[in-house]
Amino acid sequence: MAGVHVSTTVNGDPVEYVCPADESLLDVLRDRLGLTGAKEGCGTGDCGACSITLDGQLVCSCLVLGAEAEGKKITTVEGMADGENLHPLQRQFIDNAALQCGICTPGFLVAGKALLDRNPDPSVEEIRYALAGNLCRCTGYDKIVRAVQAAAKDLQKQKK
Amino acid sequence: MQHDQSYTGQDFKVVGSRPKRPDGIDKVTGRARYGADMSAPGQLVALMLRSPHAHARIVKIDTSKAEKLAGVKAVLTAADLPDLTNGNAGDYATLENCMARDRALYDGHAVAAVAAIDKSTAKKALKLIKVTYEKLDHVTDVDEALKQGAPQIQPACDGNLGGRYEFGHGDCEAGLKEADVVIEKSFKTGQTHQGYIEPHACLATVGPDGSGELWVTTQGHFTYRNVCATLLGMDIAKLKVTSSEIGGGFGGKTHVWIEPVALALARKANRPVKMVMSREEVFKASGPTCASSMDVKIGAKKDGTITSAFIECRYSDGAFPGIWGMLGGMTAWACYDLKNCQSVGVDVLVNRPKVAAYRAPSAPMMAFGVESTLDMLAKELDMDPVQLRLKNVAREGTQSSYGPVYGPIGIEPTLEAVRDHPHMKAKLGPNQGRGMACGFWFNIGGQTCSDLNIGVDGTVNLTVGTIDVGGARASLSLIAAEELGISYDDVKTTIGDTNSLGHNDTTEGSRGTFSSGMATIFAAREAIEVMKSRAAQMWDIPIEAVSWENGHAVATGAEHGNLPPLSLKEIAAESPTTGGPIAGHHEVTADGSGVSFASHIVDVEVDPETGRTQVLRYTVVQDAGKAIHPDYVEGQFQGGAAQGIGWALNEEYIYGEDGCLQNPGFLDYRIPVCSDLPFIDTKILEIPNPNHPYGIRGVGETSIVPPLAAIGNAVSNAAGVRMDQVPMSPPRILKALEQA
Repeated sequence: MAGVHVSTTVNGDPVEYVCPADESLLDVLRDRLGLTGAKEGCGTGDCGACSITLDGQLVCSCLVLGAEAEGKKITTVEGMADGENLHPLQRQFIDNAALQCGICTPGFLVAGKALLDRNPDPSVEEIRYALAGNLCRCTGYDKIVRAVQAAAKDLQKQKK
Repeated sequence: MQHDQSYTGQDFKVVGSRPKRPDGIDKVTGRARYGADMSAPGQLVALMLRSPHAHARIVKIDTSKAEKLAGVKAVLTAADLPDLTNGNAGDYATLENCMARDRALYDGHAVAAVAAIDKSTAKKALKLIKVTYEKLDHVTDVDEALKQGAPQIQPACDGNLGGRYEFGHGDCEAGLKEADVVIEKSFKTGQTHQGYIEPHACLATVGPDGSGELWVTTQGHFTYRNVCATLLGMDIAKLKVTSSEIGGGFGGKTHVWIEPVALALARKANRPVKMVMSREEVFKASGPTCASSMDVKIGAKKDGTITSAFIECRYSDGAFPGIWGMLGGMTAWACYDLKNCQSVGVDVLVNRPKVAAYRAPSAPMMAFGVESTLDMLAKELDMDPVQLRLKNVAREGTQSSYGPVYGPIGIEPTLEAVRDHPHMKAKLGPNQGRGMACGFWFNIGGQTCSDLNIGVDGTVNLTVGTIDVGGARASLSLIAAEELGISYDDVKTTIGDTNSLGHNDTTEGSRGTFSSGMATIFAAREAIEVMKSRAAQMWDIPIEAVSWENGHAVATGAEHGNLPPLSLKEIAAESPTTGGPIAGHHEVTADGSGVSFASHIVDVEVDPETGRTQVLRYTVVQDAGKAIHPDYVEGQFQGGAAQGIGWALNEEYIYGEDGCLQNPGFLDYRIPVCSDLPFIDTKILEIPNPNHPYGIRGVGETSIVPPLAAIGNAVSNAAGVRMDQVPMSPPRILKALEQA
């Protein structure tokens, strides 16, 4: 199969790759670009472990083709920290013990950040519905919701 | 060296605190490497061809076309995996499950595999393999499978009976004669999957010299090594298995599935082979837990004293016999002090995948039967359900239903905590109901081996062979820091590969913190002995005059008392000139694991129009023995409860008439999502295990035992009709409401 040449931006860096037309963006990120932070839990858009943003929009990268990223801006979990400074969500996930096995964590962080970017002061219910597309099997979500609440407070303080 | 493993009753300095986990940053930045995150130069991609039939004779497999496809480097069938199991039935079952031999035994059973230069070539090659099947009659229901004339799945078994195990004491028939009330009821539970988010994945390499490496997501890399080496005729020492970060297991990653096949393909192709299951494969062809069907009969006096307690539970083991009936039978009545009790666990073969452990395997089903029937009894006697349980509760000295006489145990304190919990006083609205239930799990110990090495700057490397799925490295670092008297941040804990430590049993049975904790304590004590001798040398005094206090060597006795104490760091700094590296090591078969009990409370609201159930409040009370890192103990309580909620309300394998699984994906096999659940309140009780220096019992599994029954009782109270089958999905609740 002839490859598709793609020029795109990943976590602020210009990136070029060639991929088969039917290859998912998740496979491109993981197998061609070495960004294994996004995980494949299902491959059918049901678990959210492969969550990334594409031009600011939260998507399951397993449901996007690599070829569709042409000219777009991709952000992944690898782009969340600013150098050695963790994003408040990342810090609060650690402080609140919001991860056990951690396989779903990158997806929750990306989805959680997408929520806080558009709603800086979400209610518990808004957090629960915003994260309903991300499956976690270890935590029962309790500490995840608390971590997102704490990160929202941190971000509000930062802005003041 | 022999060490005293009795509970010390000491005051802890760092154990019980909540420091940040050492693997946290890797896991929030995407750096942590799981099963599918490792690659090797020149690696091939492997895929499995699976049976589309529930039961079929494999007449012929023609791989010639696939082998000729450009880019295909190896094709494998059972013919490439000769039986090297020396008559070991368990190993043979594993071999047959990894690759079907003469028959495919369930929908999804592996029949061939391909390794190719990329995924699309491997996919094309699978389509070129021609398998000629002769379909056979199948059976997927546990009760149908036991009927006369049901299709027989394993020729060596009596019908489809895989095993029958009985436990108990006294005389149930005599006990019924003493009873004022007898309650009899049958129950069923659906088959569920552990639902770990990370599919099985590995990267395998085997050279022509017979040496190999396996990077794999597993709960037991030493066990995987032994099994793979046995099945493939390799020397155990020549197969190095590294456990990757593990994306959930819950028992499902205690057995090999794709790994021997990946190694065999790597050997045949002489190239690294990466093999990753799809989610559909995980559902169809890894190891879910059993479906079950059971009959319960309880007799009691008017005052609530149980005079007779009987349960028989039939478990669907899949296509290979397991020990699930035995485990279930042992747990059934374990919470209670009973004069006459009997439990029967029956293993039944069906055309479904080979069952694996799922968090306290077999106990949630028995608890559903027992604890639901107890609630029916409480209603009949007009007695508070907690009081009824307290009336019959097991205590220290009770002869347990499965044999041993209990030492100090926590079931009564969990019930008292439930009785006194504010949750019990929360107001309920219309269509709302409250339920509670108890649960038991054994916990285990087993073979364990740990190394502890002290660097010249006084920081410590602890290497353990149990895996970390929920904060174990943090807990074990706390234990090493406590024992050595140093700071948590001075300890770095690593999971060692199979070449770096002696054998460690699989991390199952809630054994990780109990057994590696014990090996860590004793390894630290051995390192302390070394440091005492180094201090004696530095001071030039006899070793008998040196003791160890708060991370320091202290000179004792009148003649040495003026010497200032030497810190661990000071002793470590001199180690190059006082005898070399300072290390401690311990290997042990950790005995004396402490049994664990929990009681749960749940409030639900049932929508009478749709049959949907919303969980409103949930409280877990469990005895941890000692909570080393309370955050991760609470996490185990909450996670087990959430899995139990899914099992109780939604999750179920659905098989069609054709014997094929109809819902092998997260869309149709719906596990709880964030918006389904409330915050899950936890209360940790600490009744020390007398057989562990720190009192640890193990906390991973018990939390999944009570939820099925607790929710069953809550839904029954909310709906006004007794629910006898899980999952209590909306259609089942509507049907129950219609029939009421």
